[in-house]
Amino acid sequence: MLFLSYLISGISLGSIYAIIALGYTMVYGIAKMLNFAHGDVIMVGGYICFFACSYYGLHPLVGIVMAMVVCTVLGILIDRFAYKPLRQAPALAVLITAIGMSYFLQNSAQLLWGSGSRVFSSVIGKGSFSFFDGQLTINYLTVVTIVVCIVIMVGLVWFINQTKRGKAMRACSEDKGAAQLMGINVDNTISLTFAIGSALAAIAGVLLCSAYPLLNPTTGMMPGIKAFTAAVFGGIGSIPGALVGGLLLGIIEIFAKAYLSTQFSDAIVFAVLIIVLLVKPTGLLGKKINEKV
Amino acid sequence: MAKMVPLPSRGMVPERDIGKAPILEATHLGIEFGGLKAVDDFDLTVGRTEIAGLIGPNGAGKTTVFNLLTKVYQPTSGTVLLDGKDTHGMSAIQVNKAGIARTFQNIRLFNNLTVEDNVKIGMHNHIKYNTISGILRLPKYWIEENRAHEKALSLLEIFDMQHLAEHKAGSLPYGAQRRLEIVRALATEPKLLLLDEPAAGMNPSETAELMDNIRKIRDTFNIAILLIEHDMRLVMGICEGIAVLNYGKIIAKGSPEEIQNNQTVIEAYLGKKKEG
Amino acid sequence: MKQAKMNRTTRSNLITYLMVIAFFVIFQILIATGNVSSLLKGQLVPICAYVVMAISLNLVVGVSGELSLGHAGFMSAGAFSGIVAAGYLQTMMESETLVLLIAMIIGGIVAAAAGVIVGVPILRLSGDYLAIVTLAFGQIIKSIVENLYVGYDANGLQFSMVKNTLELGEGGKMLITGPMGANGMATISTFTMGFVLIMVCLFVIFNLVNSKSGRAIMALRDNKIAAQSVGISSSKYKLLAFVVSAAMAGMAGVLFALNFTTVVASKFDFNTSILILVFVVLGGLGNMRGSIIAAALLTVLPELLRSFADYRMLVYAIFLILMMLATNNPKLKGFLQSISAKIKGAVGKGGEANG
Repeated sequence: MLFLSYLISGISLGSIYAIIALGYTMVYGIAKMLNFAHGDVIMVGGYICFFACSYYGLHPLVGIVMAMVVCTVLGILIDRFAYKPLRQAPALAVLITAIGMSYFLQNSAQLLWGSGSRVFSSVIGKGSFSFFDGQLTINYLTVVTIVVCIVIMVGLVWFINQTKRGKAMRACSEDKGAAQLMGINVDNTISLTFAIGSALAAIAGVLLCSAYPLLNPTTGMMPGIKAFTAAVFGGIGSIPGALVGGLLLGIIEIFAKAYLSTQFSDAIVFAVLIIVLLVKPTGLLGKKINEKV
Repeated sequence: MAKMVPLPSRGMVPERDIGKAPILEATHLGIEFGGLKAVDDFDLTVGRTEIAGLIGPNGAGKTTVFNLLTKVYQPTSGTVLLDGKDTHGMSAIQVNKAGIARTFQNIRLFNNLTVEDNVKIGMHNHIKYNTISGILRLPKYWIEENRAHEKALSLLEIFDMQHLAEHKAGSLPYGAQRRLEIVRALATEPKLLLLDEPAAGMNPSETAELMDNIRKIRDTFNIAILLIEHDMRLVMGICEGIAVLNYGKIIAKGSPEEIQNNQTVIEAYLGKKKEG
Repeated sequence: MKQAKMNRTTRSNLITYLMVIAFFVIFQILIATGNVSSLLKGQLVPICAYVVMAISLNLVVGVSGELSLGHAGFMSAGAFSGIVAAGYLQTMMESETLVLLIAMIIGGIVAAAAGVIVGVPILRLSGDYLAIVTLAFGQIIKSIVENLYVGYDANGLQFSMVKNTLELGEGGKMLITGPMGANGMATISTFTMGFVLIMVCLFVIFNLVNSKSGRAIMALRDNKIAAQSVGISSSKYKLLAFVVSAAMAGMAGVLFALNFTTVVASKFDFNTSILILVFVVLGGLGNMRGSIIAAALLTVLPELLRSFADYRMLVYAIFLILMMLATNNPKLKGFLQSISAKIKGAVGKGGEANG
């Protein structure tokens, strides 16, 4: 029973990782860059929701929508001002810019909102479902997190495969030049990708802060790194890969904490990542790319 | 032009190479990519000092043959004997050390390094000092580096490129880049040199010069050369034996005259003439 | 021809050596004459450590062409093994310089060993996948150090993991106490030693790059398939660059750690790896002199910005972004060049920059 309860917490944590990993993987797929600032967008989302709900006493749903709107705009702005001018630049230059953006967001947050931790009150009411005569309890937040992740996944897969905009995205990630020749506006498509990724980051931020209620300017850092790891784990650029990678990472982390060692849980997560990459060098669901000779 | 004579095996070599074991004997060589046989049952023999040609329409699998011979891909079937030695299980690196060097269809130079360094990198396994001597600049370093410098310049001289030694390889014009690739391959002291479309992008006078140089290389270094080329003037002009590949299979082998008059080859290139 | 080329690289390397020497001499004079603020004086050893970190990372990222996001992990491995070595050696040796020297060598060896352990399996990967694995290793090394307990007593060194189970005898002393890191160390690092370390590392890197092995490393960077086609082993030379770099990072770690009385593992985290990568990219890939200047300036910059207090990291972030935009965006680059041309034209005889 304990095992089942750990598994469910793992899936719940993994769902959050998966939602964040989607942002990394979509942007990587289309712009071929590691958006280091993505983790900090999560933090911004958390703060917006925090102020909306705890400060102005708005309904949590309003808070979430506000967080999503702000993060979407933020994502688009970041792309416009920092990344777009560097589309043709070497990958490392873009990476450093993204790192600069990450510092920028963290330090702006610190100036605006202080460096101290705020206690985030969960957007989901307290309470839980009880099974097997109370031997297994699952709280509402866990259920909501998992459901939200499923909904996002289904929605995104539908969007990518069925809509015109989604197809444009796939075209751009395959070959930007050819997509442009087919009349696709590549810049707008990339902006859209950033917008979706950032909106998802806002949702992830709210869920994350609801589960781990301490919010400070570096809150997004570690989940960001882990979600990025999850994206690579599943095969970066692949949307199902982000889901699989996120879930596995969450489950491994919770199990490592429960059964092996709390102190080494992060080390174990990263060790598993390394082993997976050594066996499958492009991640679990990543495409094998052969260089043409 | 040398006369081609058959060997006890199935291959043909120029008459003058008859007493010597052939440098390359590939038999039943093949590779599959996900069920598709890119090269199938490929047989080829190259004489000790032969200039041989591998031709065929685009997509016939010529470069794949090179990649199999140089172990960029591991063949899924067949054997390759290099100078009588089975290359089975060798890596690209080992096969180079065993005596095959190549150039690439899409030029692969070390673009950020100088022309001279590109050649010296080709000489890597023939420069005899270790990392520690290099870092501490022991006498061995200076002796070997000076020797390498002289050798690199003398190799560049084949194509009259000594004056370009200090230029970045990436900044050279296209034709010079192709020539530099040949020099780099020669620097590894091969017994068999594989040239993948050496005349691509060259004008007729450059091609004519290249033909002379390929003969000169064979004569000076006493090595065999196998080349892929679409320029038929070059192929027919310098190759002694020619193999024609289509859809991954050899459809004809023989001397330039034989190939020129071979009906299957003409059909492969021009399509079948409609009957009636 | 050859002579000219030898002179060009040699001259460039010589300028770099001279720059470091000049930097050292000037600061020694300034210190002797009391013209250096205590703030800056305290930064001198860290600057040396970061310079070594930057040039060693440049060997991997710039010369070998592999992105590493875990360089601080090797610094950490070196630092804490150096702390243990120094703590133990101080009980038997008088000379601080000798203790520091031996500690640095031990730190270098431990970091090199870590480099081999990490490098052998992972150097088959490339690009972003290699980057993420180096990041993962950096995190693992941090986790290990945060759970490590080391102490010594009359019976010699004692270790434990996760929980402090050490029962030290009379006169025993804890050297590393898990997440609390190392405390109460003697600060034996000196500016002179930092200078010597930079010079030694520069010597090794320059001579390595301009040798057969260095050419092989750069050949693999420029075109791996072509390098293999001329008989160059990818695993051997990628590993060589990686391990040499790790060893240097280890020594820099010892130098850095023994400059403070307290050091914790989180000092060498992911952020530090990134910081060093920033030095390398800003200084120019493969450009050692650039790395040195960038590392020195960017280590001092946040200190100089101290008067801006809260804003300094924000300014640093904006500086980074603008710097990248200015050097990599074609339009901005052209704009800046036209401005500098105009300035030159105005300063010169005028009328020349109207093209």
